[in-house]
Amino acid sequence: MVDSAAATTVRARLAAKARANPSVALGGVCLLLVLVTGFIEPEYLSLNGARSSLLQAAPLGILAGAQTILMLTGGIDLSVTMIATGSAYVAASQSSHGAAVAILMGVAVGLVVGAANGIGVAVFRVNPLIMTLAMSGIMLGTFTAWTQTILRGSTQVAPFIKELAAGSFLGNRLPYSVVLWAVISLILIWLLRRTGWGRLLYAVGDNETAVRLAGVRTWQVRIAAYIAAGILGSIAGILLAGRTGAVDLQLANAFLLPSVAAAVIGGTSIFGGVGGYTGTILGALILSVLTSMLTFLNVGQDIQQLVYGTIVLALAWGYAGLANRE
Amino acid sequence: MNRPSPLLTISGVAKAYGSVVALAAVDMTVRRHEIHALLGANGAGKSTLVRILAGVHPADRGTLEVEGKTANFRTPVEAMRGGMATVFQDPALIRDLTIAQNLRLSRTDPATFEQWLEEFDLGSLDRDRMVRDLPLDILRLVDLARALALNPKILLLDEITAALTADQAEKLFELLDRLKTEGCSVVLITHRLAEVMRICDTATILRDGCNVAELEVGGITQQELVHAMLGSPVDLAPDTQAGTTAPTTAGAETVFAVEELASGEAVRQVSFAVRRGEVLGLVALEGQGQERVFDILCGERRPSAGRILVDGSPCRFLSPADAVRQGVVLIPGDRLQALLPSLPVYQNLVVTLITRIRQWLGLPADERARAANAIDSLSIDTRAAARVRRLSGGNQQKVAIGRWLVSGFRTLLCFDPTRGIDIQTKGEIYALLRKLAADGAAVLLYTSELAEIPLVCDRVLVMHNGLIVDEQAAAQATEASLLTAAHGLV
Repeated sequence: MVDSAAATTVRARLAAKARANPSVALGGVCLLLVLVTGFIEPEYLSLNGARSSLLQAAPLGILAGAQTILMLTGGIDLSVTMIATGSAYVAASQSSHGAAVAILMGVAVGLVVGAANGIGVAVFRVNPLIMTLAMSGIMLGTFTAWTQTILRGSTQVAPFIKELAAGSFLGNRLPYSVVLWAVISLILIWLLRRTGWGRLLYAVGDNETAVRLAGVRTWQVRIAAYIAAGILGSIAGILLAGRTGAVDLQLANAFLLPSVAAAVIGGTSIFGGVGGYTGTILGALILSVLTSMLTFLNVGQDIQQLVYGTIVLALAWGYAGLANRE
Repeated sequence: MNRPSPLLTISGVAKAYGSVVALAAVDMTVRRHEIHALLGANGAGKSTLVRILAGVHPADRGTLEVEGKTANFRTPVEAMRGGMATVFQDPALIRDLTIAQNLRLSRTDPATFEQWLEEFDLGSLDRDRMVRDLPLDILRLVDLARALALNPKILLLDEITAALTADQAEKLFELLDRLKTEGCSVVLITHRLAEVMRICDTATILRDGCNVAELEVGGITQQELVHAMLGSPVDLAPDTQAGTTAPTTAGAETVFAVEELASGEAVRQVSFAVRRGEVLGLVALEGQGQERVFDILCGERRPSAGRILVDGSPCRFLSPADAVRQGVVLIPGDRLQALLPSLPVYQNLVVTLITRIRQWLGLPADERARAANAIDSLSIDTRAAARVRRLSGGNQQKVAIGRWLVSGFRTLLCFDPTRGIDIQTKGEIYALLRKLAADGAAVLLYTSELAEIPLVCDRVLVMHNGLIVDEQAAAQATEASLLTAAHGLV
C-alpha cells in the first residue's frame, strides 16, 4: 500500500528502478555523462575518446577493486595508493634485472604490506582506517628514506612495463592495460560470486559474529582480503609507472579518494555486506569520463577534487535513503 | 482495613517491541509506606515495567499516576521530576569517568550524596576513582546513593541485592525500612524469595506481561509465592508425543561432557554429560551463569578451570571454529548472532559449508539442493527469502537452526531457542529437537520456559548461582519443582 502511494511520485519510481537494477541505472548515468562530454568536445565521441577514457579508468578500476573487496568486509584501505607507489618504485629499481623480476618484486610489496594490514586489522583488531592510514605514513617515510639509499638508481621502468601500460594492439585501438583490467575484472567477479571466499567476504561484512559462530576463522578471510587488495594495489601502481615511464613518491596519491568513490558510486556499502565489482567498474568509468569532461572544461585539480568529494557525499546520502526505504 | 493511600497507580500499561509483546496489560498500585515486591519468571516483563516507570521507554498504552496526578513519563528526566529514582540492573554510570564526574553529569547534590554514602560506610571512597576500576557491589551502592540523593517519592530497585554481600544487603534492608516510615515507597525486583518474605509488605506477580496476583506478604510461605508465580499451566498444544515416547537413552554412549567447569565468579562448578539421542534440559533464573556456560561450550570463551570432553577425549576450544570441527554447534540466544541479515536464506544456510580455506576456491556443487532440503524439512516460509532481515522471528530462528542441518553436527547447544516465537513454531521446534535426538544427536537445551521441559527433554539440570543444584527426570519435572530448585530451595 505504501509502495503504490509512494510510486506516484517520479522520484520514488526512479528510486525503485535504481534499487531493482543498479547497474542499468549506473550505465545510464555513464552514458549521459559521455553524451554531455561529447557535446562539450565533439572530438570525444570517437574511438580515440573511448580509448583514452578506458586508459584512464584501468588503474583506477583496479585500485577501486581493492577497495571493493575490503569495503564488502566492512574494511577500507587508505594505504592502497602508497602500496601502488611503493610497488612502482621497487619495480623501477629492479627494472635492470628484467621486467619479470621487476613486476614480481613490485607485487611482493603489495603482498607484504597487505598481509601486515590484514594481521593488524584481523588479529590485533586495529580499526581499518587507523591501521591503513598509519601504514600509509610508515610506507611514505620508509620509501622517502630508501630513495636516498637502497632504491637509489633507476626511476625508469623496464620497456616491457611501459608497453604493457601504455601500448595497444589491433592497430593502436585496444590498449594492453585495458585488456589486463578486463581479465582482472573477470577474476574478481568470479571470486565474489562463485567462490566460498567471495561468499564469506559478504558474510563477514554483514555479521561477523554469525560467521564466526558458523565455524569460520574470520581472521583468515580478512587477511586474505587485505592481501588481495595489496596485490591489486601493486598491479595498479606498476601500470601507472609504466604509463608515466618514471616513478616519484606522488605517483598514485591523487587516486585515493577516487578509488573509494568509484566503489561507493558503484553501490558498495562502506558498512560491508552489500555491493559488487560490476558496479565499481561503472563507478570507475563514470569518474574517468567526468575527469575528461572537467579537463575539456579546463578546470584544475582543485575543482576536480571538489567535484569528487561532492559526488561521493551525494551518493552516500542517496544510498542511505534507498536503504532506509527497505 | 485501613490501608494507606495509593502513591503510584499503574493501569492498563502495555508495551511491545516490534512484534514482541513485553507487557500486555499491567495494573499495579504502590501505596505510601510500602515496600512492594515485583516478582515473575524470566521474560515476564519486570524490567520492561521498570523502564517505563523510569521514563526510559514510554508505554504504548495505559496510564501512570503519581499521587493521583497523571504522570506518563516520556523521558528519564520527567520521571525524576515526578519523584521516581531508579537503580537499574546494570549500574547507570559511565565507566570511563570518575565517580565525581558521573555525579556532575547527573547533577547530583554532592552533600546529600555524601550523606547517603556514609550510611553504607563508604564515606572514605575516593571520588576520583574511575568507575571501571570499582567492583560491582560498590557501584551498586554508589548508584543507590545517587538515586537516594534525588529524594524520591518512589525508589525502584532492579535486582539490587544480586551483587551485594550479605552485610551490605542487611544495611540496605534497614535503610529501606527507615525510608518506608519516612514516607518513601520502594518497588523491589528480586529473585530471592527470602528477601521478599523478610522486608516486603506486598508482592505483585507478573506472568507473560500481565499482573496475575497481588499478595500481602505477611502470612504466606515461600512455597505459596512460587505457586502464585506459576498459575495455570501454559497451553502449548504439544503436537508431538515427545515427552511420552522419549526413548530411554540410559545405555547410549556419552557424546559430550564437561567436568568441573569454572569461570570466575559466574560459573563455580558445573559437570554434566549428554548422551547420544538425549535432550538434556537446563533451567536457571536470569544471571545464574548459564550464559557463561554456553559461551564456554561453544568456544567463545575459555574456562578458568575444568575440561570439555567430546566422545570421552578432552578438547580445548580456542574459538567457535574448534568447537564446530568437533561437531559441537550453537544456536545462540540472540538469533541475530546467527543470521546474515542482508543475505538471502540459502546463503545463510550454506555458510557452514565453506568454513575451511580449502573450500574457498569454489562452492559445493550440491549447496542449492542441501539448502532446499533444510528449507523443506523446517518448512521455512521463503516468500521473503531474498533478505533474512525481512523474515518473521520464527522463520529467522528456523534459518539459525537450518544452517546446522545443512552441515551436520553431533552436539547441539540451544540457548532459549523459542524465546519470542509464536506458539506454532515453538511446537515445530520441539518436534525438530526430538527428531534430531532420535537421529543420534546430543542436545543441550537451556530454556526460560519451564513448560517446555517435560515436552522436549529427557533429563533436566537446574543451575543456581554458578552451580548445578538439582537434576530431575523431565517427565516428572513440574514448574513448581523446577522453580523451587531454581531459587536454590532444594
